[in-house]
Amino acid sequence: MDVAWEMFLLKVFYGILALVAILTFAAYAVLAERKVSAWIQGRVGPNRTTLPIVGDIPILGPFLRSLGLFQPMADGLKFLFKEEMCPGQVNRFHYHLAPILALIPALSVLAVVPFGQYVASTGADPIPLVLADLDIGILLIFALSSLGVYGIVLAGWASNSKYPFLGGVRASAQMISFELAMGLSVLPVFLWVNEPGSIGGLNLARVVDWQDNGWGMIFVQPVSALVFLVALFAESNRLPFDMPESETDLVGGFHTEYGAFKFGLFFTAEYAHVIVGSAIFALLFLGGWHFLPGVEDPWPIGWSGAALSFLWFALKTFAMSFLFIWVRWTLPRFRYDQVMKLGWGKLLPLALGNLLLYAVLASWMG
Amino acid sequence: MAKTKVMERKPLSWAERTYLPQIITGLLTTFRNLFRPKVTLQYPDERPRIPNDYRGVPTLVKDPNEREKCVSCQLCEFVCPPKAIRITPGAISTEETDRTHVEKAPKEFEINMLRCIYCGYCEEVCPEEAIFLQDIYSLNGYTREQMQFNKEKLYELGGVLPDQHFKWDKKRAAAEKIGLGSSSDEETEEE
Repeated sequence: MDVAWEMFLLKVFYGILALVAILTFAAYAVLAERKVSAWIQGRVGPNRTTLPIVGDIPILGPFLRSLGLFQPMADGLKFLFKEEMCPGQVNRFHYHLAPILALIPALSVLAVVPFGQYVASTGADPIPLVLADLDIGILLIFALSSLGVYGIVLAGWASNSKYPFLGGVRASAQMISFELAMGLSVLPVFLWVNEPGSIGGLNLARVVDWQDNGWGMIFVQPVSALVFLVALFAESNRLPFDMPESETDLVGGFHTEYGAFKFGLFFTAEYAHVIVGSAIFALLFLGGWHFLPGVEDPWPIGWSGAALSFLWFALKTFAMSFLFIWVRWTLPRFRYDQVMKLGWGKLLPLALGNLLLYAVLASWMG
Repeated sequence: MAKTKVMERKPLSWAERTYLPQIITGLLTTFRNLFRPKVTLQYPDERPRIPNDYRGVPTLVKDPNEREKCVSCQLCEFVCPPKAIRITPGAISTEETDRTHVEKAPKEFEINMLRCIYCGYCEEVCPEEAIFLQDIYSLNGYTREQMQFNKEKLYELGGVLPDQHFKWDKKRAAAEKIGLGSSSDEETEEE
């Protein structure tokens, strides 16, 4: 086999690995959501599901059972084996296309998200662990993740039913409004990272490299971080901005007419969005895989160090995902016009002003 | 004048209008809740504490001598609002020699648990303290017939009530004192 083929197969292997990982994370994010919501509300959460052999291990089995660790498997199986319903009034082609369109962008974004670093020898430049080390990194992420709204709009429209339709309309309006603020909020970050005179790039690993003293970008640009975070919440349709879903006024929002595995796909897409969003926030503002502020990275040379850096980065990502869940079970939903006012009237000017401020600062300091 | 005090609604401060301080206090509240003890009762594993005067399934009880208390007066049957109780009165069997002076006993005593509303009137009205609402709150069956509790089942659920009245013992003692002790046998046979 020639080298090109080998490289290709390796990439495919890594790609599948990353997909499996993100899908597992998404499944366990669902569990985390249920558990955290339960704990916040003084409940216990899922603790009944168990597996035949693992569940029988004396102390460990009941412990895992009480944590509900087997619940995602049961949920996944349930979605798989449920009857595939298709309501009579829907546009069949688009109805089936929508969940696929919702999931694909959420997963493809993964390709340019770096998740660790590999240092070959002392003094060598760290190589970021990423599926595709592209220079357009963040641009690709924005391009792809904004495609996610198509899935939702299409779902609302193809369902041919009023509540999903309203959900779809709200989703499109909301996504467009917050996409703008989001894009503007990361511009200062890249402005700051790319020194004048050097060849710039939008690679995420570059932002992480800039934060290698451990001080996250959040300390340098708190306003960018805030705007980005709020926009991230809105983009991933999480409370307090879950307008497209808003169970209380739109039944189930855009996925009212969906059931079984198609609903499972929407569900996975939502949580994949949350995880990838958390990962991007961790990369941009929390220093990625770099250790605590002011502390030299303790990762050893070689693959063990790479694994440790990945774990540290994963920890930050999970902490951010926890924030997503935590906020959901704390805040009530905004009214629709409030969301729009917040997006256009507050966040957008704030992001613009922030961009201008850092542009002036950068040129003055540069 | 007016007893209500109209509160002045202050305009929101700048910080309040950003929502952020409120969001952070809210987050702290929910975070504290994460570690509070859980209020869930893990039902089939843990059972709720039933208060003493709980009105659960009505059952018949026996006296400390393990004898039937019910004298088949049918007051409970009459008072029962949903007509869940049906009593077939009968005589006391001659084998029970220590109870022969009691006139009647139920031949059959049925409570339809699907009709019962657990009001407790039967317990309240019973002059013999023979029917009691127990602490059983979970009752189920596969058929309607299974929910029709007969005398045997009612005694099985009710058991013995260790009261200290010994009403019939005292009555017999009183009857024997004035020399009527043995005559009660004939009375029951006449009926």
